[in-house]
Amino acid sequence: MSTATPTRPTAPPGPARPRPARPNRAVRVGRWQIYVPLALYLLFTLVPFYWMVVFAVRPRGSTSLLPWPISTENFETVWNGLGFGVFFANSLKVGLASLVATTVVALAGGYALARYSFRGRTLFLVAMLCTQFIPGAMMLIPLFEVFRTLDLVNSLWSLVVAETVFQLPLSLILLSGFIRNVPVELEEAAWVDGCSRLRGFLVVVLPMLRPGLVAVGSFAFINSWNNFLFALMFVSEQDKYTIPVGLAFTLGEFSVDFGALAAGGVVAAVPVVLVFAIIQRYLVQGLSAGAVKG
Amino acid sequence: MAVGEVGTRRRRQPRTPYLLIAPAALAMLAFLVYPVGSVVYYSLQHYNVAKPWEDGFAGLDNFRRMLFEDPLFWQSLGFTVRWVVVEVSLQLVLGLALALIVNETFVGRAVARALVFSPWAVSGVLTTGIWVLLYNPTTGLSRYLADLGLMEYGAAPLANPDTVFAAAVLAELWRGVPFFAILLLADLQSIPRDLYEAASVDGASRLRRFVHVTLPHLKDAIILSTLLRAVWEFNNVDLLYTLTGGGPAHQTTTLPLYVASTAVQSQDFGYGSALTTAGFLILTFFSVAYLRLSKFGART
Repeated sequence: MSTATPTRPTAPPGPARPRPARPNRAVRVGRWQIYVPLALYLLFTLVPFYWMVVFAVRPRGSTSLLPWPISTENFETVWNGLGFGVFFANSLKVGLASLVATTVVALAGGYALARYSFRGRTLFLVAMLCTQFIPGAMMLIPLFEVFRTLDLVNSLWSLVVAETVFQLPLSLILLSGFIRNVPVELEEAAWVDGCSRLRGFLVVVLPMLRPGLVAVGSFAFINSWNNFLFALMFVSEQDKYTIPVGLAFTLGEFSVDFGALAAGGVVAAVPVVLVFAIIQRYLVQGLSAGAVKG
Repeated sequence: MAVGEVGTRRRRQPRTPYLLIAPAALAMLAFLVYPVGSVVYYSLQHYNVAKPWEDGFAGLDNFRRMLFEDPLFWQSLGFTVRWVVVEVSLQLVLGLALALIVNETFVGRAVARALVFSPWAVSGVLTTGIWVLLYNPTTGLSRYLADLGLMEYGAAPLANPDTVFAAAVLAELWRGVPFFAILLLADLQSIPRDLYEAASVDGASRLRRFVHVTLPHLKDAIILSTLLRAVWEFNNVDLLYTLTGGGPAHQTTTLPLYVASTAVQSQDFGYGSALTTAGFLILTFFSVAYLRLSKFGART
């Protein structure tokens, strides 16, 4: 069995739980029916990535379509000359801060939703779901006003706040699903042993939430890393640009330097594609845990 | 959403859950609810950062201008609908096909999944960067195909009004299909195996199993993911803003793109807010109607 079958750390007994994922032997199909369409789709997925990498690493003036010999001159131009080194650091700061803020706030709220029934719970839940329909692009003007009042325009904090707020609802709902899957008896056993509620949570629940935390955290990081419009609108000083803004300015030059564009693209892609390659299993599993089913 | 009764049997002082949700609730009040309210307020004002002397109460002036004096509003709205319908339906079909393929057992499945899903993690701006390279007449695919004698030199899909739509759609598909594939794969994995086995025993063909077992099970996931995606594609500004800039001649300007350029370039916040309010109303109406008409959550 390949890695695709998620092994959840907890398997609480319960009648309502769906069976763990397992490929369907009953609907086995011919090999070529899998490999041919898959190969075609892989071509569609990978040729664009390949194109970017070739243009990034080949020496200036070369028209070869093979990424050899490798030259780093485009990367030097982009990293030092165009300031991508600074943009990279900015994006990293915003991404990590959003990750931490989103995860902590979502954990607290998710725990409340999973473990308590309280007045206003349904209202809170519905409000969270409704926010999914608020368009980020449409929030540019009002959020700009709010940040101007708070004197956060031109500060990376404005991006952290905006990212966190937009990430929160989905993260919170996802995490509450994961927390609900941890049997409450385990926590109660810890309380009996003299743990406080907080200590019980930290010692018993938190370690079991790893897949959920990985999914939610990387989701927050990737979305924050990729956000363009907020960064374009709220930050106008060049030393505070993030990667997507830097990339957009490279694109907007009168005569685009395609080598630099491709190298900037590689710089933008590597962190998120790496993170994604590691977490995509958890992501499918996390969504499978029932959170998207409303 | 199933309510978890498990943890609620303990009596606690009722303050704790409120303290726990307070940070999330306050953040959303301050940075989502209040701004949405303020958009509605600004939409009734003349408020132009570039022309502060004209600021003041506008009544419905902005809306009158939008509905009756601004052909770009209707044009961008029309294009938005076209963009959303084409993108969401193509992404759904391809994403479902992809999810079914990578749900099968085959050698190299884990790697194949990681690869085909990977464009999901790529930003709109980066998608633009990559496809600009591919579409450009001197750096793109067409130039190398022309070198091989397979086509003419000089094809520039993004500059040609006849092809710019298809070119933008293709670039967005590249990034958008994995979203559906991931969501639908997650749901496919929760279909109990006995359902298929029972159907097989009954002699149902693969197509019939797909239609009678898989599709009904995926129904809610499909409704929810198409809705989320429709909202998302409606709001998708990054790609079009950087890939086509809404051009040529505003041909690929969506409503949010129009709002963004009104906000960023002309700084007319009052009119931009009116456009935003219109966008909210359209989205809300559409979402409610879609959930109603599709009977979301209804047992099949």
